[in-house]
Amino acid sequence: MTATEPATQATTSLNTVTAVTVDAKDPKRRLRSRPVRGSRPGWFVYTALAVVLGSALFPYYWSLLIGSGDAGTIRDPNMSWLPGGNFIENALTVVNDPAVNFWRALWNSIYSSALIALSVVFFSTLAGWAFAKLKFKGGKWLLIFVVATMAVPMQLGVVPLYILFADLGWTGNIGAIIIPALVTAFGVFWMTQYIQQSVPDELLEAARVDGANSFRTFLTVGLPAARPAAAMLGLFTFVTAWNNFFWPFIVLDRSDPTLPVALSLLQSNHFVDYSIVLAGVLLSTIPLLILFVFAGKQLVSGIMAGAVKG
Amino acid sequence: MTSTKTAPPSAPSPQQARPDRTERTPRRIAFGHKLSKWDLKLSPYLYISPFFILFAITGLFPIAYTAVISFMDWDLVRNSGTFIGFDQYVYVLTQPKFWIALRNTFSIFLLSSVPQLILAVFIATMLDQNIRAKTFWRMGVLLPYVMAPVAVALIFSNMFGDKYGLINTLLGNIGLPPVMWHSNAFASHIAIATMVNFRWTGYNTLILLAAMQAIPRDYYEAAAIDGANKFRQFTAITLPSLRPTLIFVIITSTIGGLQIFDEPRMYDQFGTGGANSQWLTISLYLYDIGWGQWNFGRAAALAWILFLIILAIGVVNMLVTNRLVRDEGSRDGRSRRDRRAAAIAARTELEHRVGGTVRDDFGSTSTGAATSDTNDKTTEVAR
Repeated sequence: MTATEPATQATTSLNTVTAVTVDAKDPKRRLRSRPVRGSRPGWFVYTALAVVLGSALFPYYWSLLIGSGDAGTIRDPNMSWLPGGNFIENALTVVNDPAVNFWRALWNSIYSSALIALSVVFFSTLAGWAFAKLKFKGGKWLLIFVVATMAVPMQLGVVPLYILFADLGWTGNIGAIIIPALVTAFGVFWMTQYIQQSVPDELLEAARVDGANSFRTFLTVGLPAARPAAAMLGLFTFVTAWNNFFWPFIVLDRSDPTLPVALSLLQSNHFVDYSIVLAGVLLSTIPLLILFVFAGKQLVSGIMAGAVKG
Repeated sequence: MTSTKTAPPSAPSPQQARPDRTERTPRRIAFGHKLSKWDLKLSPYLYISPFFILFAITGLFPIAYTAVISFMDWDLVRNSGTFIGFDQYVYVLTQPKFWIALRNTFSIFLLSSVPQLILAVFIATMLDQNIRAKTFWRMGVLLPYVMAPVAVALIFSNMFGDKYGLINTLLGNIGLPPVMWHSNAFASHIAIATMVNFRWTGYNTLILLAAMQAIPRDYYEAAAIDGANKFRQFTAITLPSLRPTLIFVIITSTIGGLQIFDEPRMYDQFGTGGANSQWLTISLYLYDIGWGQWNFGRAAALAWILFLIILAIGVVNMLVTNRLVRDEGSRDGRSRRDRRAAAIAARTELEHRVGGTVRDDFGSTSTGAATSDTNDKTTEVAR
């Protein structure tokens, strides 16, 4: 091969070796014409993927293992690799701990995350539609500005936000974690990208010729086209809001937490008995696991769809 | 759509619809038309204003106000501050704890992002094969993403326990001494980085996978015909094509990684970053200054320092990535003059070879790339 010349290795060898030389070397190769990517991969790929899947699952299993044992399980050198029988008991300890407020936290997490997701989807779709399909002065620059703010860390806003909410007397109120999350720059960026690609300009023109005003066009053309992207955005926003810790931890009262904050309380109360902590961890993860079962496919395609544009 | 009734049946494209409209306007400007003109002009602003009003209040105002507070000695009781210039910045920057936190943050960030990226590229390559049950594997890879970082931290801090942790038990089983995952700073960084890797590798894998699937398959076929093995195909086709996506992933993981809070906060039950600040990160330190010492001026200054660091690292990242993952095939990363020179060189080269070795489309483009590559090499040598 031409790779003898070290300086021009990788690309040149691949580029300058022409089909002619290959034909001369191995005439059978062309006749076979096996599709390069069409063939099924060998055991190595599946083994590697199985290892990856195993390590993705293991922490879940480990929390089940410890969470279904008792305080001594972790210290037992001959620990069984099968779950014990104490999970229900540990879970009951978690939900009945008055300092943790588990049910309250669960409800707070569900309704704040749902509200945040709905709000982000609503405002992002409106703004995304305008940025993607309507021409207006300064639109391009506004969009660039919005995208640029995505690089700003959340830490940059927490001090004034805290002062603001303390002023209003809202610290400890669940509203204090909903309001700052009502809109995100990412949401607008996402919807703009999607609508730009999925709604052809001809469709807008057609609606206009039919006499539809701008809002009607949005309702009849924009919304139906944006629905898949809106669903994905809603999912991601929900998961992010559900898992968010930094700001809720700062602003919420210990008596009215979200699930991650409740988990931190659980840890400080029960650090001597990890079976209870990990039972709580598993318990708090179940809602999102259920969501994952139903919407995991959407999450996967959402990440992959966003990536191509990003 | 009903548009076919009013528009000429040929095609409702803008070019053809426009004369139709100008024909109508001279007749009489109806109230409806005036209205629709305003409708077109105003409505975009109506669509974006709800977002921008909320965004200004919850996003932009706090950022600007953080800057103001960072120059103040903030009094919690009066809920106002007195201007003191750069004192808070000076204070933060002269704290040894800040430098420890900075070191820890970088250490954790590097330990999480570098192996994570390598792993993600590897797993994405596996998923990019023509495997069975694609959706199953992809979902499996994403499974850790739905677990809250707090939950991940609790599980892993248990597995990385100093005394009875799973990892140390396993190490003991193969005859190795236990690692002090909490008291040793570097070991604690590894443990925390493992949590980050667990949660984010799959996510980044899917992003890279999407980019891989966007690479035209003909490239691989042509390369295989040219005798390039899988590894060569990977380094010569896959990696260069992934460059923009890699930059994207690196930048987002920089922004996220330098803000890390949840995992170090939950690594032990005290949440102060360890007795000797072994795993104190900048965000953790910010929380301690703001809501432990209740000094908002200093916390605001630290927040701005963190932001500036993120910006600086973002720029450095971009430069380094540009250099490391040099794109040889496509046009990115090279000046326009270079590209033009390469194109001209390729064309002359082609004219020399016409009818000879150049066989098809792919052959011709790749010859161009090859020539430009040698061009690059010669200029480098000339320098």
